Amino acid sequence: MPLALVDCNNFYVSCERVFNPKLEGVPVVVLSNNDGCAVARSAEVKALGIKMGEPWFKMKDLAKRHGIIALSSNYSLYGDISARVMSILSNFSPKQEIYSIDECFLDLEGFDPILLHQYGQTIRSTVRQSTGIPVCVGIAETKTLAKLANHCAKKGFAGNDGVCDFGRLSDAERSKIFSSIPVSDVWGVGRKHTEKLLTLGIKTVEDFRTAKPDRIRSQFSIVLARTVQELNNVPCIELDEAVAPRQQIMVSRSFGQCVSNLADLSASVAYYATTAAEKLRHDRSVASSLCIFIRTNPFSEKEPQYEKSVVVPFQPTDDTTKIIGAALAGLKQIYRVGFQYKKTGVLLMGLHPKGAMQISLFDEPESHAKSDNLMQVMDAINRKMGKGSLTTLASGGVHRWAMRREKMSPNFTTDWDELPVAFSN
Amino acid sequence: MLTSQHTIMQPAIGLKPIRLPLFSSTVAAGFPSPADDYIESRLSLDEHLIQHRDSTFFVRAKGNSMAGAGIFDGDLLVVDKSLNPKSGDIVIAVVDGDLTVKRLIQRGDTVTLKPENPKFKEIEFKDGQELVVWGVVTSTTKKFI
Repeated sequence: MPLALVDCNNFYVSCERVFNPKLEGVPVVVLSNNDGCAVARSAEVKALGIKMGEPWFKMKDLAKRHGIIALSSNYSLYGDISARVMSILSNFSPKQEIYSIDECFLDLEGFDPILLHQYGQTIRSTVRQSTGIPVCVGIAETKTLAKLANHCAKKGFAGNDGVCDFGRLSDAERSKIFSSIPVSDVWGVGRKHTEKLLTLGIKTVEDFRTAKPDRIRSQFSIVLARTVQELNNVPCIELDEAVAPRQQIMVSRSFGQCVSNLADLSASVAYYATTAAEKLRHDRSVASSLCIFIRTNPFSEKEPQYEKSVVVPFQPTDDTTKIIGAALAGLKQIYRVGFQYKKTGVLLMGLHPKGAMQISLFDEPESHAKSDNLMQVMDAINRKMGKGSLTTLASGGVHRWAMRREKMSPNFTTDWDELPVAFSN
Repeated sequence: MLTSQHTIMQPAIGLKPIRLPLFSSTVAAGFPSPADDYIESRLSLDEHLIQHRDSTFFVRAKGNSMAGAGIFDGDLLVVDKSLNPKSGDIVIAVVDGDLTVKRLIQRGDTVTLKPENPKFKEIEFKDGQELVVWGVVTSTTKKFI
């Protein structure tokens, strides 16, 4: 089954460039929540040697010297552009698996193999023209190979036209390319795997592809043995069209300034619990437990360090007030005086569709209905008046715990007041 | 090798879904509504103004250099990025890193961005100078209240 992996180039940076052409040709990084680390880098920034995940404070000097422009992540914008790109791509195949915000697999079964490369070009130019987003296309017989072909397309290992079709290469050409790619670039080969593979003398993709599957299975796992098979044109991983419902919801942030007292921590935890509960209701799910964690700043080595988490089970619910209650109960258990806390987070677990909720013996149906009504009104008000307009007292009423996003671009496509401007003066 | 018998089929991007009216009254019970045979879906401005949903963006006009074309300061422009710009189209173009709205005129090798207001100057692009067209303006809307 030939299939394509279509992946957007430097997606977040590309989104920003569509609406701000001044960023074209300039080094640009997009920073994670709270302006912490680089989560997207333009080609110019990659060329400066800045790594993915590098903290902003570590690259500030370099940024000054080279005029790097740093932007806060604007997820409303990226989400909308992603939806547009995925919708356009869905026209190119009857079967699409959206793998992440910026990449998807397309089934190309039944397409004329001779034309696949050209079809890849059509995909590229259509997405580019319709949205402004550059993409690369990798075409191969298996998902793992399609990922690798995409990698080759991006790096220009097999031509420089942004499309790489392994089906057009001879075995010798393929082996040559595979010998030049480190095994760590293979989809599903993590850092630990890489270390162990290196000790076995398996350095390149070609070493890995020609390894005996039995050996890989016995020394690693059946999953990694499948990866070897996939590299040898044997499809083992199916195209997965259905989007699996979320299993967990995580909301966590680092504080701009460290926090030491319980009252402040409680307000932040309540705020994150509120956000998590909103996501839960958006998915029409209920949660049946949560994990809360707190930790100090591992970068301040002189400060005393502390890190602790606890799981709090509860009756399945999507009610903000109940989830805050559980989170604060957990926080009280793990909080210790005398530490400077840098980060807290709330993880909702045991998610189920709301309809399939198990009612407990002592439940009162009226109280459920009341809670549902309250949450509906709360969500409606916050949708209309802006996030955080109506909130619980526990989260402090203020946006102190909202993300720090000082360098965020406007919501060009999702807010009438922030549309891009075309000058005619 | 590509031969003449190989043709690439291109998908139709973002075509409008067909909307079918919903007949709501049940059979048998009493008189059917006399309007049932005439039900049509209500008109949608989105459908009227937007041909390709995924490639259409809204852009705010600032300034009056396109007044002659009916585009005034503050108007909301509907812009389709998927269309190939032709001479005579009103386009959003990138000039010095900013978006600008002008009429695109092509004469031989010279491309001109032409304002529709005598107070403003044309911008010419001669061979070698690259003009980036961001999208084609398909309509403009204006709110009075």
